Amino acid sequence: MPTRLKEVDIVIVGLGWTGGILAKELSEAGMRVVALERGGMRATNPDFAIPLIRDELKYAVRNALMQNPARDTLTFRHSQAERALPMRQLGSFLPGEGLGGAGVHWNGVTWRWTGIDHALRSHYEHRYGKAFIPSDMPVQDWPMTYAELEPYYDRFERTAGVSGKAGNLRGAKQDGGNFFEQPRDREYPLPALENSYSQMLFRDAALQAGYHPFPRPCANASRAYTNPDGSRLGACVYCGHCERFGCEANAKGSPHITVIPKAMAQPTFELRTHSWVTKVLLDSTKKKAIGVAYTDVSTGEEYEQPAAIVALCAYAINNVHLMLLSGIGTAYDPVTQKGIVGRNYCYQPGGGGVTLFFEDKIFNPFMATGAFGMALDDFHASEEFDRSQMGAIGGATIAVGNSNGRPIGYRPVPAGTPRWGAAWKKATAKWYLRAMNIGVTASNMPNRYNAYDLDPAYKNVFGQPLLRLTYNFLENDRKVVGYIGQKAAEIARSMKPTSMTNPGTLGDYNIVPYQSTHNTGGAIMGASPKDSAVNRYLQSWDVPNVFVVGASAFPHNSAYNPTGPVGALAYWTADAITKRFRNRPGLLT
Amino acid sequence: MAHYSRRDFLKTVGTVGATGIAAAVGGDAAEAQSRPAAVPAPQPVSHAYTFLTAPEAAFIEAAVDRFIPADELTPGGTDCGVATFIDRQLAGAWGSGDRMYMQGPWQKGAPTQGYQSPMTPAEFFRAGIAATNAYCRKTLQKEFDRLTADQQVKVLQDMEQGRAALDGVPAQEFFNLLLATTMQGFFADPVYGGNRDKVAWKMIGFPGVIAIYSEHIKTYRNKKYDVEPKSILDLS
Repeated sequence: MPTRLKEVDIVIVGLGWTGGILAKELSEAGMRVVALERGGMRATNPDFAIPLIRDELKYAVRNALMQNPARDTLTFRHSQAERALPMRQLGSFLPGEGLGGAGVHWNGVTWRWTGIDHALRSHYEHRYGKAFIPSDMPVQDWPMTYAELEPYYDRFERTAGVSGKAGNLRGAKQDGGNFFEQPRDREYPLPALENSYSQMLFRDAALQAGYHPFPRPCANASRAYTNPDGSRLGACVYCGHCERFGCEANAKGSPHITVIPKAMAQPTFELRTHSWVTKVLLDSTKKKAIGVAYTDVSTGEEYEQPAAIVALCAYAINNVHLMLLSGIGTAYDPVTQKGIVGRNYCYQPGGGGVTLFFEDKIFNPFMATGAFGMALDDFHASEEFDRSQMGAIGGATIAVGNSNGRPIGYRPVPAGTPRWGAAWKKATAKWYLRAMNIGVTASNMPNRYNAYDLDPAYKNVFGQPLLRLTYNFLENDRKVVGYIGQKAAEIARSMKPTSMTNPGTLGDYNIVPYQSTHNTGGAIMGASPKDSAVNRYLQSWDVPNVFVVGASAFPHNSAYNPTGPVGALAYWTADAITKRFRNRPGLLT
Repeated sequence: MAHYSRRDFLKTVGTVGATGIAAAVGGDAAEAQSRPAAVPAPQPVSHAYTFLTAPEAAFIEAAVDRFIPADELTPGGTDCGVATFIDRQLAGAWGSGDRMYMQGPWQKGAPTQGYQSPMTPAEFFRAGIAATNAYCRKTLQKEFDRLTADQQVKVLQDMEQGRAALDGVPAQEFFNLLLATTMQGFFADPVYGGNRDKVAWKMIGFPGVIAIYSEHIKTYRNKKYDVEPKSILDLS
C-alpha cells in the first residue's frame, strides 16, 4: 500500500522553468507547496564545473542531462496505418531530467510570439479568407491576446536575464531591433551580445537585400546581472557549450539559479527529488483531483500526496502522458475527431538552411553562445508577407546562430565530400574554420492526424502504457520550408561564398537525428472546452483543480523557440492561482 | 600490393604496444614515396583491449585506419587511439545499452523509427563485425583485416551505399554506427582514449575546453585563433 502523506495546498509535478516559477510565486504567497521532481538535485558547482562540463561526448552525444528512455519513452509512427515503435534512444528531441529540467540545458533563445501567433485563425480568415485554411488543419486563436500577456513576457525576460534589442517600444519602432515585433513596454533587461563575424556578414547582406535583421533575443547574459528577485547571473564568456550542457558561469538564465532557490528559501516549500509521479488521483466524480501517486525511484517506495491543486509542470510530452494515464479530459481520436487530449501535436520543421564556405574567411565557430544570432522575421512575424505567394500558412525565421563549434557534432564540408577517408579529412581540416550556416526555422501547423494517444503494446518501467506519437511533416510544411529556404539561399548567394550547399528540402519526419526540443500541443488552451483541454489560465476544463503548464498548451507551433511564452504562461497561471483560484476554487472565467 | 594487418604484425614482432602500425599498413614503397609522410604517432599506443577479441580488434583497427587514414594531417585512426576508444565504449555503459529502451516486442521498423535491434550496441558491433567478416570471406576469400586497403575501402563503400548485404545484420545501419563511433573517438576529449595528443583538434583548429572568449569574440573576427588546445586530460 502506498504511504499517504499530509495534504498540501498544491503539488507541482516537475521542477523546471514552469514548476520553478509556480513554486516560487505560490510559496511566496504563503501556499504550502510540494514539488516532485523525478530526477536528482543539480547545482552549478560542482555539477557544471570546468573542465568536466566541457565534455562533448558525455553531455552532447550520450545526453547525460536528459531523460532516460530506458525508464520511459514514447512510440512513434508516421500515420495511422503504421505500427508505432519505441524511440529506443534519444535523438530528434532531448527532454531534460533533474532539478531545473530542460531549463538547465537549453540554448536560451527567448521570443515573444507574434501578433499572428496569438490570433492565428482570426488573422488568416480575415486576411486570406476561410477557404485558405485547409479543413484538416485545426488552427485556432490563443485564448489571450499578446497585449494581455505582455507584462508576463516581460517578467520572464527579467527573471531569465534576456539580452536583446527592442524593435518596438510602445508602438515606436526602434533601430536595430525586430521591426516586426509586437509593442513591448520597455527594453530588454540586458543589451544584445556581441556578434560573431558570420552574423555581421549576414546582417550586411540582409540589409542590402532590404530585410530587417536584428540580434536574436537570448537568455545568455551579455553582462553580469541581478534579476528583480535578487538572483545573480554572470556574464556569458562565449564558450560554445550551452545547449545540452549546464552553464558554469551562471550566465544562462536557468531555473536552478533563479526561481528554484527562491522557492527553497520559503518555509512553505518542499522539494522531493527522485519522485516519479505515475498518476493524478481523481475522486469518484472524475471532476476533482485529490492529489498524485508517485514512486521514490531511489527506494521503490510508493506514496500518495494529497493536494488541493495539482500543477502538471513536466516536459510538454510528459504533461500529456500524465493526463491520458490519469483520465483527465477525453482522449482524442483522430478518426472520429472526438475528444481533446492528445490533439494538435506540433514540432519544428528545419532543413531549409544553407552552409556557406569561404576560402578567405575565418569564423572561429567555437566562439559562440547557445542563443546569440542575427535573425530576420520578414517571412514570419511580418503581416505584410503575403502567404498566398507561398500557398501555405505560417512562416519561418532566417538566422545565423552558430551556437557552437564542438567537433563531434559540427564538421561542415562542401556538398559531394565523402563522409570518411583522406578526402573527407582534408576537407574537414580545410573548412572547419571557414564555414558558416544560415538556418531556416519554420512554424508548424496542426493536422488532425498529428496527435498523441496511449500505445497499446509498449510499457514503461511502471507497467504503464507509453505515449504514442503519430506525426509527419505535411505539404504545408514543405511549402514553407521550400519557399523561405530559397529566400535564405538568395541572401547566401549575395554573400559570394566560394561554394554553398543547396537549401535542403523537407522529407518525412525522422525521429533519429536531433532537430529541436520544441514539442508542442496535446493539452491545448482555448476559449471553449469544445476545442481545448485547458482554458486561458491553463486550467483543465474537466478537472478544474488541475493546471497544465507548458508548451503542451500551444495550439500550433510558431517559427520561434517556445520558452518565452512557456515562461510567460507560467507567471500568468501563477497569478491566476494566487489572486483568483486560491480564494474561489472552481473554473475561472 | 603488400599489406600487413595488425594480426600479421603481431605475429612478426610478438608484442603489443607497437608503434607505426599506420606506416605498416600504408601500402607499398612506391605508393609511400608519392604520398606525404605520415605524422608519427606521439608515443606508443596501447593495444590492450577489454571487450574486443583479437580478431575483432584487428577488424576495428583496419576499419578505423580506412576511415581515418594516416597522412600529413594525422596518424591513422588506430594510432590516434580510436580503436581503444571504441573498445572502451563497447565495454562500458553505452555498449551495454545504458539509457536505451530495451523492452519488446521487437519489430523491424522504418529507418525513421530508429534503432530497433534487441541487441545492445556492444552485441550489435560484435554481430556486425562477424557478419562483415563472413561477407568478406564469401566474396573475397579473406577476413576484412586481411584484405588490401583498397579492398577494405571497397567493402566499406559497398556497406555504406547499401550494395553489400550482410547476413543477419543491416549493413548500412552497422556501417553508420561504426562510422559515427569512429568519429566520436577521433574528436572526443582524449580522456576517453581517442584523439591522442589532441591530433583531431589540432587538425581543425578547435582550441578545446577552456573556452573563455569574452574578448576574443570581438578581436578574432576573421582571424585565426592559434593556440595549443587544452583537453580535460590536460587539466585533470
